[in-house]
Amino acid sequence: MKNLISWGMYPKVENRVFDFDQAEELTDIIQENSELIPYGNGRSYGDSAISSHIINLKPKDYFISFDEELGILHIEAGVLLSEILDSFVPRGWFLKVTPGTKLITVGGAIASDVHGKNHHVEGCFSECVEEFRIMVADGSIVACSKIKEPELFRATCGGMGLTGVILDAKISLKKINSQYIDQTTIKTKNLKETFEAFEEYSHLPYSVAWIDCLAKGKNKGKCLLMAGDFRDDGNLKYKNKSGLSIPFTFPSFALNNWSVRAFNWLYYGKAPKGVSKQRVDIDTFFYPLDAIGHWNRIYGKGGFTQYQFIFPKETSYEGLEAILTAISNSGKGSFLAVLKLYGKANDNYLSFPIEGYSLALDFKIEKGLFELLDQLDKLVIQYKGRIYLTKDVRVSKETFEQGYPQIETFREYREKNSMMKKFQSLQSQRVGI
Amino acid sequence: MSYIVIVGAKSDIAKATAREYAQNGYDIYLAGRNISELETFAEDIRVRSEKAVELVELDILNYASHQAFYDSLAEKPLGVISAVGYLGEQEKAQLDNQEAQKIIDTNYSGVVSLLNIIANDFEERRAGFIVGISSVAGDRGRKSNYIYGSAKAGLTAYLSGLRNRLYESQVHVLTVKPGFVATKMTEGMDLPEKLTAQPEEVAQDIFKAQQSGKSVLYTKWMWKYVMMIITSIPEFIFKKMSI
Repeated sequence: MKNLISWGMYPKVENRVFDFDQAEELTDIIQENSELIPYGNGRSYGDSAISSHIINLKPKDYFISFDEELGILHIEAGVLLSEILDSFVPRGWFLKVTPGTKLITVGGAIASDVHGKNHHVEGCFSECVEEFRIMVADGSIVACSKIKEPELFRATCGGMGLTGVILDAKISLKKINSQYIDQTTIKTKNLKETFEAFEEYSHLPYSVAWIDCLAKGKNKGKCLLMAGDFRDDGNLKYKNKSGLSIPFTFPSFALNNWSVRAFNWLYYGKAPKGVSKQRVDIDTFFYPLDAIGHWNRIYGKGGFTQYQFIFPKETSYEGLEAILTAISNSGKGSFLAVLKLYGKANDNYLSFPIEGYSLALDFKIEKGLFELLDQLDKLVIQYKGRIYLTKDVRVSKETFEQGYPQIETFREYREKNSMMKKFQSLQSQRVGI
Repeated sequence: MSYIVIVGAKSDIAKATAREYAQNGYDIYLAGRNISELETFAEDIRVRSEKAVELVELDILNYASHQAFYDSLAEKPLGVISAVGYLGEQEKAQLDNQEAQKIIDTNYSGVVSLLNIIANDFEERRAGFIVGISSVAGDRGRKSNYIYGSAKAGLTAYLSGLRNRLYESQVHVLTVKPGFVATKMTEGMDLPEKLTAQPEEVAQDIFKAQQSGKSVLYTKWMWKYVMMIITSIPEFIFKKMSI
């Protein structure tokens, strides 16, 4: 059996992979082993789901039931969000919260407490989780919700698989009446305009911005902000687009400062000036990169990482300006730089979002990168921000700890419930959770 | 309502194919041994697609029961997909004729017995489609699995003849030759990633090929060329090889 790797294709380490059919088999696996971590579709970027012992949840992909009245769907943890869309968009239902890829499992969505373009309105994925069942460290199954086992719920949502193995979940869906979104695109000239645009369009439920982070001087922080909401035209003829796929791993020189510059120039350049309106479909609006299978291969064999952090609102402007300056001075290209305004934080111990602005940057892993990211870490701490574990592969314990005030609660909970040795990832070992 | 019947329904390819057809609007009969074990899977399809799914008991090795099985289907199916397959163990089958017989009977004799019955009905109705999942292993016998391979070769020839016979009756026969597929049957084998299909890919390929009236489908597609090369190696060289 091949070793499992994550979406960033880094690191590559030996691991033993466990499959199971019945829950009793999983109980045996958990009781007989340690350093276990559940693994879904392998879409977290770094080492969140990488360990010496991996439990493969992908095959657990049964739909169990759907309550049409309440819009509550009961599915196993290995079901992909894309499978939910395939079945339910044509029937007029959509996910309440979805991240920028639909190729993740429901279990992974809970463990990362993912968020989407509507965080400022709907919050994290845990908001739509009515209940889940999880197998904990002693091999028993616990039914858990915000009310039933509130501590376990808060530790598990955003808990990176470190509290046990989520088996199945009930999630509530939202009604839609179209497969199309009315999108407004706002082209801004600098960071100030970008912030103003976010505030101006915050009444729309979905918004996100692509930033050209190689832009310097007075153009620093220029972006394309896309905001929108579902149409009401009754067209639900959704058909999953399976498009191109990157068939092989690119040579690592293919992506460099110049190709990134060209991409950003083209991307930014093709949008009309000022404010424009478009009608786009679900896949184009929510999942632009899913249309290109294995897009991670463009970064070459050495892999890549995503650096995502968030600042509280009051320090966001200065903080982002400092970070963008540092990146543009370093000359290291980030192909994708995504900026987003977030709403209020929830009370899960390790969920990433807080009210403020988050920036996500993709970088090819190469010489000098980790030094740059260490430098950015300092700025993140200075401006009271925090790092997103789901994307991370290298943050230090010290940096991570400073961003998460509830980290001790999480540690104590794990300790008290004998989870510390049982469930570990390379990431949890590194950041000490 | 519009049913298709999938036999050998417990295999991973069969399950993926059932989901694919249901997603595209078909109702499904799932047939196999101890079929009640598939109840949660049947519910999975119902929730996903709002299509009817019924479980029907079938023992492919009990030839005498096949007519009664087919007669028991409340609604005559629009098509049949046979995903019956038993890989067995080559070395065991060389020493133990019971194992050899089981491989041959499951992969060949049993499928022939059942498809004969269904083909006669389709021919009379002048409608329907038959999909038989054979294997690239049937294209040329190799020492590592020639007993399985020879049974699949028999099935491939049977399907080819059946296609020829039913052409006039407008009944379409599709031969499917999967290469490596990541399933329970191949679990633990070290398969080359580029040549290995996921069951969902095979299912999509089958649906497309069947809908478009294709005769022979290799899946993944490159297996057509891999097998072209393998079958064109002269026997005096091939017999010395270990592939």
